[in-house]
Amino acid sequence: MTIVPSIKRDYLAKLAKNGKREDGRAFDEFRNIEIETGVVSKAEGSARVKIGNTQVLTGIKMGIGEPYPDTPETGVMTTAAELIPLASPDFEAGPPRENAIELARVVDRGIRESQLIEVEKLCIEPEEKVWLVFIDIHILDYDGNLFDAASLASLAALMTTKVPAKRFELGEDYPLPIKEPPISCTSVKFNDVVVMDPSLDEEEIAEVRLTVATDKNEDIRAMQKGLNGSFTRDEIKKVIKASIDNGKKIREQLYKSTGK
Amino acid sequence: MKSEIKLFENGKRLDGRMPDELRNIKIKAGVLHRAEGSCYLEWGGNKVMVAVYGPREAIPRHTQNPLRAIVTARYNMAAFSVEDRKRPGPDRRSREISKVISEALESVILVEKFPRATIDVNIEVLDAEAGTRCAGLTAAAVALVDAGIPMKDIPVACAAGKINDQIVLDLGKDEDNYGSADLPIAISPRTGEILLLQMDGHLTQEEFDKAFDFALKGCHIISDLQKKAILEKYQSEAGGI
Amino acid sequence: MNQDKREIVIPSQFLGEIKNKKAGKGTFVENGKIYAEILGVLSNNPDYINVISLKGRYDPTEKDFVIGIVIEAMQSSWLVDINAAYPALLHVNEVPWDVEFGETEKYLNKGDSIMAKVLQVDQEKKLQITLKDYNLYKIKGGFISYVEPSKVPRIIGKKGSMISLLKKYTKCRIFVGQNGRIWIDGDEDGIKKVIETIVMIEDESLSYGLTNKIEELLKKDTKDVH
Repeated sequence: MTIVPSIKRDYLAKLAKNGKREDGRAFDEFRNIEIETGVVSKAEGSARVKIGNTQVLTGIKMGIGEPYPDTPETGVMTTAAELIPLASPDFEAGPPRENAIELARVVDRGIRESQLIEVEKLCIEPEEKVWLVFIDIHILDYDGNLFDAASLASLAALMTTKVPAKRFELGEDYPLPIKEPPISCTSVKFNDVVVMDPSLDEEEIAEVRLTVATDKNEDIRAMQKGLNGSFTRDEIKKVIKASIDNGKKIREQLYKSTGK
Repeated sequence: MKSEIKLFENGKRLDGRMPDELRNIKIKAGVLHRAEGSCYLEWGGNKVMVAVYGPREAIPRHTQNPLRAIVTARYNMAAFSVEDRKRPGPDRRSREISKVISEALESVILVEKFPRATIDVNIEVLDAEAGTRCAGLTAAAVALVDAGIPMKDIPVACAAGKINDQIVLDLGKDEDNYGSADLPIAISPRTGEILLLQMDGHLTQEEFDKAFDFALKGCHIISDLQKKAILEKYQSEAGGI
Repeated sequence: MNQDKREIVIPSQFLGEIKNKKAGKGTFVENGKIYAEILGVLSNNPDYINVISLKGRYDPTEKDFVIGIVIEAMQSSWLVDINAAYPALLHVNEVPWDVEFGETEKYLNKGDSIMAKVLQVDQEKKLQITLKDYNLYKIKGGFISYVEPSKVPRIIGKKGSMISLLKKYTKCRIFVGQNGRIWIDGDEDGIKKVIETIVMIEDESLSYGLTNKIEELLKKDTKDVH
């Protein structure tokens, strides 16, 4: 396991006290973001997102299956994430552990609860046949802030997904029906400072983490607090504000790179 | 069923290739930040990413060999890399491929330099279109060099096969599905030693010889691409030390 | 020093005949021929051929000075990461303190950084380090930067020229471990400048006149500040 030297902790804390971060960013500033779509030809939709050195690839596969009995006329979406050992010396092979499950569930919630995918339009035959949407998140390079990279890659992939109707002899392919994307922004706190888009170093010394997904109307669409530290109410308000501000910029970039 | 599909007509294959022609191949070394060595490779419609970690002490301890390093390749297909979504996690096929790739790589790595250690080679197939094991092994070899692992050679893999009674190099998607034989090999290009050899289908001895010659020729072409990719990455650093 | 660009070699590359030259570091011999075994820079000397590694972990050599990070405090020793393939053992007999059995945590803890010396590398590559030598101690404050271990000589410079420059213009204390870890202590701007300069030294492709170039840059920066 990678050990964070305690003098690195002290150094980051000292910098933070003077309003600085190791890589020169402002507290509420994201690293450079790159979004590339259509990177996997076998997938119905795909996107590779880089936030700094963190790199995530999401692929969307679609199929046909039975709806859930309580929602006989809506399509079904599932989200899975694997922290594959490719991405970090500390990730191990094997079934997803709690970190991977939390990551998948937070991304899933951001998409599901915001009703991004118009699942009611994915019914083929009520109670019999609906479209299934599989969102698979592949972490390629882990350098902090997987939540936002995974969420953004998933959004970009979904926004460029084509429903493979032709393959199932259901007419021509058409774009997956999608509504407004909520943008997820993650902050962490250490030594009484709160920083946006934590680097790996910052994440490793973080006491508490908060992910906030906001929409175009500046409304909050999903939240997740992680780790055993705590925020004050005031800090949370500031995090929400910073998430909305960053979310705006990221949304613009997302629209641009998905051609929306 | 198999012979009904025309895979070879007027001296050309379905995708327009000549019998002894490879698909397009692109190789990039050193593409990941965290990995100690990495490689991204596109081969026809295949896209493969490889990360190498180690040598590092093998854990748990009972897996250690006191005399040399163990090489652990892990071949994995992304759920979205195939037509019908694949369930995540290893299956029998990926375990077998991991094993034969590990063995092929191990025979060229100077494992005796690192007793008790493991060298982990993570091969992720992101987009699959016939020949992923050859693509994976070829990319893994580049990632190992990029990680600074001492090796006697840079192994390389390529397949040949048979379609409509015609021997061809580097089977594409339909050729793999409907062809009548597939012969993937990996070699040590410096010595010509064969490190991996599998065959399924049906070949006469003469056809095997021809297919083998094709695959060998493919290996040597790809070997040059591997070397070029590494030099491209490091040429700029050719300064003094 | 040679002014020409040096040649990058890759594993399996033919370098020469054993009847003409000795096979040095980073090479292997087969049927009288010398080949490179690692990715590196060719160093063709009058009577031997070396390949100086460009990548990879630190290959520990006895008496090397290294910077270690404590992984675990055990009953009568510590396990220390020195950026090698294996963790190194630091026994209580090899520290300058009288440590009672089971009280190792009073002195060094997980995450602590130390300057240490490689004491022993055995056949199974079991590593031992010591703190019993002049100027070895637990590091407090400052920052630890990292370069590929093969770049350490370049950071130090000829007879320590590069490192002296850095110290002179930044007023920082700097300790370069043979394992690629570099400890820097001083004021915030000084540390930042050392980190930036190290990155530049690492990236700079031509060695010839590098020390002079870096001095020019450091001088310029210093002027800019005042």
